[in-house]
Amino acid sequence: METLTVPLLTEALQAVMDPEIPVLSVVDLGMITAIEILGDQVLVKMIPTFSACPAINVIRNNIRIELEKRFLVPVQVDIDPAVQWNSNRMSEAGREKLRRFRITPPEVMEGEWREEMLSGIACPFCQSHQTENRSLFGSTLCRALYYCKACGNLFEHFKPLE
Amino acid sequence: MEPMLREALAELITKMADDELILGHRNSAWTGLGPILEEDIAFSSMAQDKIGHALALYTLLRELSGIKDMDHFAFGRQADQFKCCHLVEYPNGEYDFSLMRHFLFDAAETLRYESLEDSSFEPLRQLSRKFRGELKYHMLHGNTWVIQLGHGDEESHARMQGALDACFPLAFGIFEQGNREAFLIDQQVYPGERVLQERWLEKIYPVLVKASLNMPAPDLNPGTPGGRQGKHTVYFAPLLEEMSEVFRMDPETAW
Repeated sequence: METLTVPLLTEALQAVMDPEIPVLSVVDLGMITAIEILGDQVLVKMIPTFSACPAINVIRNNIRIELEKRFLVPVQVDIDPAVQWNSNRMSEAGREKLRRFRITPPEVMEGEWREEMLSGIACPFCQSHQTENRSLFGSTLCRALYYCKACGNLFEHFKPLE
Repeated sequence: MEPMLREALAELITKMADDELILGHRNSAWTGLGPILEEDIAFSSMAQDKIGHALALYTLLRELSGIKDMDHFAFGRQADQFKCCHLVEYPNGEYDFSLMRHFLFDAAETLRYESLEDSSFEPLRQLSRKFRGELKYHMLHGNTWVIQLGHGDEESHARMQGALDACFPLAFGIFEQGNREAFLIDQQVYPGERVLQERWLEKIYPVLVKASLNMPAPDLNPGTPGGRQGKHTVYFAPLLEEMSEVFRMDPETAW
């Protein structure tokens, strides 16, 4: 049996994907707040991206199933009330995966969220910044709809969230 | 925790959660019926956020006052046990009414959660920090459309003014004082309804000016005692009937 370590468990969690954006893992999204090894048990603490995330219990269950299957130990997954998700928690690797999935990732926020962060978003198809917001809300809570004036494509942007 | 604080917190959280649940339910009825696709999606998404907030608040209430089952609490209570304000109970009406209600309510909601970021009650501080980012999108949405339609054409302006005249007096019901409010202020849980109401007027006024809409004269005590005391409009019982219909078919089932 493999010796359980936090890096090993973190690496295993790369296989647990967000059901709404299947190229991003829970690690890429910054949803994991703590991994604790307690004897022969594992405790994972996690947070939802948006508070009304409908997939939270599915993800929670998927984490437990994935780790139990791989390491054959009991795993408990708890929601961590002490940490609130914001879009800066998304990893650089995650941002790159999003770009390749043709969703523009959120800008890294320095300080507070500003309305200006919603304009001049790079088009994921042609990289032009000549784009306009069509709707603040999209196909899931975390996305907004944009139109690229350069290439004529509609695209989605993963919203910056404070 | 001392029982008096527990009861006071439960009163505050119940009315906040009931507002979120009922307005979330009302707004969700725009799914598939929005005037344009983007607004259909916007109202559906904001309704989803509201239901999410309601769930988080009911969860807090469960931990605080030992409610056993949140579905029973959300769908199984009698009408007079709900503490939502009258504004959220009203039928959706036409899009102008729903949009104006959303603008007025979400401004108040945003200020309430902002004030709770300094609360002496840690779980409310945590929730407020969680909701703040989401509410910024709601506010931006509401402000943008109110200003845009205020300047659209004669009809859109007249409709927005009509909607404001209809919603504005009702919106004061958001700030109807609770029975244990003085205690909550004293315990620094939150600054109280009067303070929130003042901040709300300051927040909405500049947007209404930008939209060229006339803010009616404030009526500070409309129809009290009202929703916060469990006294509801004629619209509430049918709403509850409809909302809980599926739940009541089999209250013990696992979803």
